[in-house]
Amino acid sequence: MSRVDVEGATKRYGALKALDDVSVHFTDGEFFGLLGPSGSGKTTLLRAIAGFVDLDAGSIEFDGERVENVPVHRRGIGMMFQSYALFPHLTVNENIAFGLDVRGTPRAEIEQRVQEMLALVRLPGLGERKPRQLSGGQQQRVALARALITRPKVLLLDEPLGALDRRLRQEMQVELREIQRETGITAIFVTHDQEEALTLSDRIAIINDGRLVQTGKPQEVYERPVTIFAAQFLGDSNVLRGAAIEGGLRLSDGTMIGTAGPCDGTAILRPEKILVQAGTGAVRGNALQGEVLQAVYTGASVTYRIRTAALGDVPLLAFAQNQTGDVLSPGAAVTASWDAAYTIPVQP
Amino acid sequence: MTRLAKTYLIAVLVFLYLPILVMMAMAFNRSALYEMPFTFDLVWFKALMENERLLQASWNSVWIASVNAVIATSLGTLAAYAFSRYEFRGKRILQLLLFPPITIPWLIIGTSMLIFFFWVGIGRGLHAILLGHVALSLPYVIVVVGARLRDMSATLEEAAATLGATPRQTFRRVTLPILAPGVVAAALFAFAVSFDQFVISYFLAAPGTSTLPVEIFTAIRKGFTPEINAVSTIIILVSMGLMLLVARNYKFGGER
Repeated sequence: MSRVDVEGATKRYGALKALDDVSVHFTDGEFFGLLGPSGSGKTTLLRAIAGFVDLDAGSIEFDGERVENVPVHRRGIGMMFQSYALFPHLTVNENIAFGLDVRGTPRAEIEQRVQEMLALVRLPGLGERKPRQLSGGQQQRVALARALITRPKVLLLDEPLGALDRRLRQEMQVELREIQRETGITAIFVTHDQEEALTLSDRIAIINDGRLVQTGKPQEVYERPVTIFAAQFLGDSNVLRGAAIEGGLRLSDGTMIGTAGPCDGTAILRPEKILVQAGTGAVRGNALQGEVLQAVYTGASVTYRIRTAALGDVPLLAFAQNQTGDVLSPGAAVTASWDAAYTIPVQP
Repeated sequence: MTRLAKTYLIAVLVFLYLPILVMMAMAFNRSALYEMPFTFDLVWFKALMENERLLQASWNSVWIASVNAVIATSLGTLAAYAFSRYEFRGKRILQLLLFPPITIPWLIIGTSMLIFFFWVGIGRGLHAILLGHVALSLPYVIVVVGARLRDMSATLEEAAATLGATPRQTFRRVTLPILAPGVVAAALFAFAVSFDQFVISYFLAAPGTSTLPVEIFTAIRKGFTPEINAVSTIIILVSMGLMLLVARNYKFGGER
């Protein structure tokens, strides 16, 4: 249960900058998701916090104390690896007890805390098995119990659910979240799965090319992305480019679009914020006329790709709620309209 | 398997094992001249028990092979660990230098060791033989343990560190136990390399002290006696026992 502050973290591998002046402040007891494509530097950041990576510049503090020169085994962290990294030669009990064992904790206390951990991760009765006799989900829980038994200051998770199938993954997400709340531990996890990041995190940071793109609550980052990358990495979005005018944008065909706040010429629009209607009647403030290129019916919603004069070759993507059961066919003339408040100005 | 392949396999096995089987059978035949009919007798084993030279040489061989196995396995395991887990200057060159001793003819290695040992004052004798055997078996140990290390994910060691284990604790409680089958196999390998070794032992043996292979060679030159059959039979049984141990502890090319 700790605060973790990373300030100006920089790490080079030859010419490649894995981390470029990254500052993030993880507050006590929060579940924080580091999100980015592979090679973005998110894992390097996690491994720097763990102590496996020495920074070229910058500082890392646990509760205000510098830890850059503290070796991994004395940092007081817990870590979960994507491969679980359970010790194959030890039983489940011995795996979980390992962290206390190497500290010389008395036998009786170890046994009691192992039992507590098995109960916490809901694995009672499996203590004598070897890891290879467990299912993926069970191994996952053992890894979590093993990481938590030493009561670490911070729990680091490297793509913790990456190796599980989808259903088990969703179950484990819920459990992981519950256990984190129960223990109140500060947890930092790395993922490239945006849905996982949104579901699990109190806050997220989007990382790209070794740089921090945006930090905030999932809802803030989703609704108010600051760059095109953030908008496109987290969910789908339409990019609108044009000339900056008072209160909005003028698109290439002359259409005026109102934006949420001042805009330098680039804005994004989430597809689910758009209302698609047949004909030419605009319901909301911003509107584009066009023709349906493609309509994909998915039951609860319909995904439209609409050709508009304003966007040229790039079709406008719109997710329409299936309220009436009707689907507009390709070729139909439509109007896509939305509120100016949903046109979010971003940096290119 | 086709009929042809089966026949071929049987032919190869017969070719390999028939001479050995004949020799083992003759160790139990009363006649010194391989005369038939076969009469079971332990007379050659009894003679062997009274042959001081052969017994002393056997003891020397077992002793050298065992000490060699311990030294070569310890040094080789640490070297394999360094090769697999650390980056350092000259690593590639050192790795490449491991293999020539396996390919250079023993005759040449033996000659050069003899000259070098005289030059630096080590001389000849059991200590020189031991030194030569350690040098010879090190590459085998490094290769066998290295293969096992490659299969073992470094993440396990990282996990141990995050749980508070010092590097020493990590090596003792995680790396070594997981490596153990490979280390045992390497030790048996090193034992066998030393126990079988003739050429280098022959060059480095001082007059009057020798190892079993050297003694057998000397005895054959003087005139063959079926005691050699008896001692060879014992060696074959011991070697096969060791092989079974290796096979139980180490699956070649597979994980276990």
